[in-house]
Amino acid sequence: MRPLIGVLALQGAFAAHEAALAEVGAQTRQVRTPADLSGVQAMVLPGGESSVMSKLLESSGLFGEIQSRLSDGMPAFGTCAGMILLASEVLDGRADQRSFGAIDISVRRNGYGRQIDSFEADLAVEGESSPFHGVFIRAPKVESVGHSVHVLATHDGVPVLARQGNVMVASFHPELTGDARLHRLFLQQHDFQHEG
Amino acid sequence: MSDQSSATRSIGTYTVNRGLAEMLKGGVIMDVVTPEQAKIAEDAGACAVMALERVPADIRRDGGVSRMSDPIMIEGIQAAVKIPVMAKARIGHFVEAQILQALGVDYIDESEVLTPADEAHHIDKFKFTVPFVCGATNLGEALRRISEGACMIRSKGEAGTGNIVEAVRHLRNILGDIRKLTQADSAELFQWAKVLQAPLPLVQEIAETGKLPVPLFCAGGIATPADAALAMQLGAEAVFVGSGIFKSDDPAPRAKAIVEATTHFEDAHILAKVSRGLGAPMTGIGMDEINQRYAERGW
Repeated sequence: MRPLIGVLALQGAFAAHEAALAEVGAQTRQVRTPADLSGVQAMVLPGGESSVMSKLLESSGLFGEIQSRLSDGMPAFGTCAGMILLASEVLDGRADQRSFGAIDISVRRNGYGRQIDSFEADLAVEGESSPFHGVFIRAPKVESVGHSVHVLATHDGVPVLARQGNVMVASFHPELTGDARLHRLFLQQHDFQHEG
Repeated sequence: MSDQSSATRSIGTYTVNRGLAEMLKGGVIMDVVTPEQAKIAEDAGACAVMALERVPADIRRDGGVSRMSDPIMIEGIQAAVKIPVMAKARIGHFVEAQILQALGVDYIDESEVLTPADEAHHIDKFKFTVPFVCGATNLGEALRRISEGACMIRSKGEAGTGNIVEAVRHLRNILGDIRKLTQADSAELFQWAKVLQAPLPLVQEIAETGKLPVPLFCAGGIATPADAALAMQLGAEAVFVGSGIFKSDDPAPRAKAIVEATTHFEDAHILAKVSRGLGAPMTGIGMDEINQRYAERGW
């Protein structure tokens, strides 16, 4: 059976992630309410506006549900705003903005600047023989990582792709480039491809 | 690991600019005229704000020439919120667009709500690093704007009316013709390009993919959570709300309810819950009561 990946669909680039996940053979489900989590084995938290998602996570009752699944070891992949939601510390966020603290990193919201500073750059990703094209959109900037966080790629010396246990985060948008290698890497780490 | 990647960066590319539109999907972009309103919008869960001098309902009431906002107001709004800040330039007024880019706005709306500066030409949007959104009433208009460099299309609707009827008409025009294109054979596509007055390669691309090459949002006349959900169910990917929030009796709860309705647009139970007790929406006007249709501006 193909793994069922929940894609947080409160706001943002969830459709692009679903397309990338389908390409690597996963089933996806848009998650907007706690009922949508039933049977979900792992989650992708997309880009969008992190403060908007934070509010909608609260009002939908999803925040606590996802928090407890993450504590139980549910694998998660967060990109851009999704990285902010998974981070242990958020700088320059709104005062009422909440995050799951599932990976020990400190990130600064819009740390790379406004849209006129948004950029593309090739990234060397650990274990990949050819560069991965990174698309950074009003991207969060990693300010520090804990000792148990494994950095998989950097740009200008700053971590942009990292992993800790079951949680992987990117400050860029692998769902926008038509290159599904990172989605495949996320699924492979958890051995989903051997199930059933 | 060592930083193998060259630090070379490309900015202002189609991918990053179209990409920001992708990030706004499923969200609500709210018109605001002061930093205080921008805060209310952000507090309610807006995914971006549109800074303008007067909301469309007031432009309609006051008449006169409507222009780009004062940079002081735009900077005040940029300082007040963390979410993207968009601003409007007049159709064809590329200098207003240059100024907005210099101010560092995140998106420019080349908007029919302001008084057009050029009655034949839109802005050549490829000359800018900042992305543009443009309005459209039909597929041909959408494709002409995309061919000029727009990274997002919004159905125009009829701004400042609180009446969803024109937005529905324009969404149905655009999405209905896309559905027809996917059924056309290759010879018919040449005729479609003529009828739509749109570039053939874009017509052929849509026949293949069944969707616009950029996100399609809805604007013009959304006043209630149900209006927002209607636009989403018809196929819009996000909504702009102009006068509908700050011309209602109690803007903050209405703004929050429209955000919830846009996310949960297919869940009638949630829509029923968030539609309760919001006070009076903006009064609104019928199409036969207005003498200026903004949607007719643009070519």
